[in-house]
Amino acid sequence: MENVLSITTFIPLIAAAILAIFLRGEDEAAQRNAKWVALAATVVTFLVSLFILFDFDPSNTGFQFVEEREWLLGMTYKMGVDGISVLFVLLTTFIMPLAIAASWGIKSRVKEYMIAFLILETLMLGVFMALDLVLFYVFFEAGLIPMFLIIGIWGGKERIYASFKFFLYTFLGSVLMLVAMVAMFSDAGTTDIPTLMRHGFDSETFSVLGFTIVGGMQTLLFLAFFASFAVKMPMWPVHTWLPDAHVQAPTAGSVVLAAILLKMGGYGFLRFSLPMFPVGAEVLTPLVLWMSAIAIVYTSLVALAQADMKKLIAYSSVAHMGYVTMGIFAANQQGVDGAIFQMISHGFISGALFLCVGVIYDRMHTREIDAYGGLVNRMPSYALIFLFFTMANVGLPGTSGFIGEFLTLVGIFKVNTWVAAVAATGVILSAAYALWLYRRVVMGDLIKESLKSIGDMSGRERAIFAPLVAMTLLLGVYPSLVLDIIGPSTEALISQYDTALAQGGTTATTAAAAN
Amino acid sequence: MEKIILFAPLVGAIIAGFGWRIIGDKGAQITATALLFLSCLLSWIVFIGHDGTLQQIHILDWVQSGLLDTSWSIRLDRLTAIMLIVVTSVSALVHLYSMGYMAHDHNFDEGVSYRPRFFAYLSLFTFAMLMLVTADNLLQMFFGWEGVGLASYLLIGFYYRKPSANAAAIKAFVVNRVGDFGFLLGILAIFLLTDSIRFDDILGAGPMLAETSVRFLWTDWNAANLIAILLFIGAMGKSAQLGLHTWLPDAMEGPTPVSALIHAATMVTAGVFLVCRMSPLMEYAPEALMFVTFIGATTAFVAATIGLVQNDIKRVIAYSTMSQLGYMFVAAGVGAYSVAMFHLLTHAFFKAMLFLGAGSVIHGMHHEQDMRNYGGLRKKLPYTFWAMMIGTLAITGVGIPLTHIGFAGFLSKDAVIESAWAGTAGGYAFWMLVVAAALTSFYSWRLMFLTFFGTARGDKKVHQNAHESPMVMLVPLGVLAVGSVLAGMVWYGSFFGDHAQINRFFGIPAHHAEASEDGHGEGVVAAGDALAEGDVDAAADAVTADIVSGDDATDAGEAHAEAMAPGIAPVGAIYMGAENTVIDDAHHAPVWVKVSPFVAMILGLLTALWFYIWSPSTPRKFMEAQRPLYAFLLNKWYFDEIYDVLIVRPLKSLGGFLWKRGDGSVIDGGINGLAMGIVPFFTRLAGRAQSGYIFTYAFAMVIGIVILVTWMTIIGGAN
Repeated sequence: MENVLSITTFIPLIAAAILAIFLRGEDEAAQRNAKWVALAATVVTFLVSLFILFDFDPSNTGFQFVEEREWLLGMTYKMGVDGISVLFVLLTTFIMPLAIAASWGIKSRVKEYMIAFLILETLMLGVFMALDLVLFYVFFEAGLIPMFLIIGIWGGKERIYASFKFFLYTFLGSVLMLVAMVAMFSDAGTTDIPTLMRHGFDSETFSVLGFTIVGGMQTLLFLAFFASFAVKMPMWPVHTWLPDAHVQAPTAGSVVLAAILLKMGGYGFLRFSLPMFPVGAEVLTPLVLWMSAIAIVYTSLVALAQADMKKLIAYSSVAHMGYVTMGIFAANQQGVDGAIFQMISHGFISGALFLCVGVIYDRMHTREIDAYGGLVNRMPSYALIFLFFTMANVGLPGTSGFIGEFLTLVGIFKVNTWVAAVAATGVILSAAYALWLYRRVVMGDLIKESLKSIGDMSGRERAIFAPLVAMTLLLGVYPSLVLDIIGPSTEALISQYDTALAQGGTTATTAAAAN
Repeated sequence: MEKIILFAPLVGAIIAGFGWRIIGDKGAQITATALLFLSCLLSWIVFIGHDGTLQQIHILDWVQSGLLDTSWSIRLDRLTAIMLIVVTSVSALVHLYSMGYMAHDHNFDEGVSYRPRFFAYLSLFTFAMLMLVTADNLLQMFFGWEGVGLASYLLIGFYYRKPSANAAAIKAFVVNRVGDFGFLLGILAIFLLTDSIRFDDILGAGPMLAETSVRFLWTDWNAANLIAILLFIGAMGKSAQLGLHTWLPDAMEGPTPVSALIHAATMVTAGVFLVCRMSPLMEYAPEALMFVTFIGATTAFVAATIGLVQNDIKRVIAYSTMSQLGYMFVAAGVGAYSVAMFHLLTHAFFKAMLFLGAGSVIHGMHHEQDMRNYGGLRKKLPYTFWAMMIGTLAITGVGIPLTHIGFAGFLSKDAVIESAWAGTAGGYAFWMLVVAAALTSFYSWRLMFLTFFGTARGDKKVHQNAHESPMVMLVPLGVLAVGSVLAGMVWYGSFFGDHAQINRFFGIPAHHAEASEDGHGEGVVAAGDALAEGDVDAAADAVTADIVSGDDATDAGEAHAEAMAPGIAPVGAIYMGAENTVIDDAHHAPVWVKVSPFVAMILGLLTALWFYIWSPSTPRKFMEAQRPLYAFLLNKWYFDEIYDVLIVRPLKSLGGFLWKRGDGSVIDGGINGLAMGIVPFFTRLAGRAQSGYIFTYAFAMVIGIVILVTWMTIIGGAN
């Protein structure tokens, strides 16, 4: 298949169109059809995406399956994947059928709901495949809309506030990125991402209004992109939209948000920030590393104080993303490998944790931790699965959660032991908040009257968790499945980064020294 | 065969945990136990057949990223072999014992199938522990390390309906994680300096590390010392050394067989194993070893003082365990690694037996654990009584002074104390251990007297119904009793004999021993160094040819100066530097040193007799006279309270503060403030939002952006 990337990307969109055009009515049959169409479409997408994985050649560090053709208004439609992006594509296609299956209980506006998710899938896949600046931007920004709608329409009580906060944060970040993109285009004369990666933007230090800007143009461009990606990640201190968004989003929305959307920030750093603005990245690395370390400790402590299950897990997500940014900006093999691994792994684990919350939310319609207690007495299977993912979340070796944390710490330790030590306290704090949550929800005697008749997981629920458990274990025991694919591309990225610094960095550092 | 040893418990755990619905409650128990006995049998075959040479068995690649190269594999040397028999033997016996002990449990309602879960956890623990001891790199060891932590968490919290058990489980996991934090940083530091975390590479890196200085946090450190201390912090957590010990007494919330297996015989000794495993590195970190010695000695003393006044039978034994672990660390700290392993081995037998004996008493007394409600049980529980008696004789160190005849603890504990004398020149550690020996004797006999002697106290009905335990529980006690009597005498030579014996046992090449013995001749010392300090060529020659000639020694001496390349690990399961003559010195200790533990033991016994047999009113009088001291000990030196005030509460309130003030007021507040400039726009939007038109706006905004960027790009392109 020559156009396998496009085919993968647009199957969900086509399915969405079919739903929109052909499906009529709000009765039960129509609802059921909408669900099945969506599920079938996402499953087919996943199966097709497997071709990408099987035909992918890890030793080739360039872009593969490249498609390029003219598009509207003289712009180029260019898609392709390399070792860094290919697994995000797979992660997306893997998670989406599970998210759809987890939405089986949706009652209102089922058709629109499914359409929103299908469009979202197309846009997310596009982000990870686009090799043209404008195309990337379109996917990246348009992805906001369905998510915004999902929270705003099918969300909880405070959904309007949450969706606005979500929208404002990400939107404000994007504006700066937009400006930077225009600047990049006027400098390089192309929007082709592979070309831009080799372009070598000006890194001559200059001063504006008395401020000396070390790293010059690159630093400014870096900052502009950083604003957008840091919000998406989200990094401390621009993370406060995430807990609200998660709390209000429906379960599947939370799953997609945590498992895939958050990864766009990390992917952006790897695709744009490091290769295109190495000098800028170098200059600002200390800042980013400290933001990451603070994120890990700060959000872990905040997680300890939460009374809402989803908020707790959301804060834990922010902490885990701290490892990702830390690993990326350690800018060495283990750091970047670890960061990518952590993102993939977090996709499974955090997705599963939000599903865990969803399971009991569907039964009790509350996320208050205090409303639960002693669930193990009536839900032993649930207790086991929740325990498994709790342990994966605290990075127990043998689960995928450990590999990412460990590799990023290895990477950062080479760069800055302070940051490494501060970040490593995360292993203590995460154990504290995660186990405490588990204890309050699952352990203990079942005394609350409302819980006396709660039922264990259904077959459908088990079927959703099974693949996630399998992946978490598999990657924890045999991480080479991922590391072998990303390794060569990471290596190329690092060596390119180091070379660029060796050439361009000298000017910046000498200038910095002169100051 | 090694793979079967390793994976049989895992298979058992899976079958018992998931298959019990098919094979039944009883079937699950039997399967798990049978597989463990298989594993145990094979371990003994491996142990007896082991000739000291290192075997490595690759199973599967694990984390591979750049230079980081780790795999799942088995490293089989004498240290591993010792741990294999300790772990599988105690575990197999505990499995068997649990079939009786867990038969009825008032913590569960009728019809709840808790037994398969219990056996699954036990087997899972055993698997993790075996992964730990067979690890061929630090990362796999860390896997086992955390894996046993998980199993410990599950088993402490086994009675999940009890809040105290749940709290204890979390405490155990989190406090262990504090130690793991150190362990993890140690691994990172090792990888930074040697580009490897495989034992083959890092065990040879000692000399290089000793001469390297590394920046860590605020200052420059000697690399070897830094790594050794970080790893030891991990060991402190797992082995409940002072400062990170608070979880161990609380861990007694778990069922008693768990306490015997995990919190006495195996998991808590992982720290000692780690230090011994890293001995080629530890030998080059003298300051770190002093730290180990100091912590070990202090722990031995402090834990023993707390043990004096506890009333819960399991807590007494728990503090006793902590104290004995301190002994092991002192031995390791002064460089007598074989002695540390010796005490680890004997302790596993007699401490497991004391716990299982205590379990038998608790079982017979209907889950009464307070010794104040015991008394005069010797008639009711005769077999248990004799088993406990043997355990007590072993732990207090009864034997014939100045000979090698005695109970297991006599030989190993005296070896530790003599080594401490030799290693610290009769200093702090030695005296702490001698005093602790007296205290050990006192609290152990106190336990015996309160439980089995005197008159029955507490609920009469319970005493009338007290019954001896069934055969499945008594057989393990008998087996362990044999071990408690004989283990010391059988293996004395191998662990604490002359050089030839120790070297043969641990697979250390003979010439190294010569180097140690004639440690004054310069040339031969250099030869020893050659091997240790790992000039690649010289050491490799030495390893393969097994001969170090005078010429090589000279070469090695020169190479020493530039031994910066990662060397080859010294041959042998443990390594003692050329200057390390602690075992020799210990053998040559004066007579008063050698009899001091015996005297201490007698003093402790006499005091216990006086307090609890001859004059039972004395303890009360004593307690009233020394009330503050008593409260201080009873409250465990107030460690929990201090931690609560200094760490737990501040962190919790900091979390709340950061959330409400940091996220709420500062960040959200700041961003709202920022938005004030465009507030009319947003209030209008928000107003619309209520009426449901918001989504139209949202679409409009984003589509607007898309059009904008398209337009700007084209314009830019045109220019």
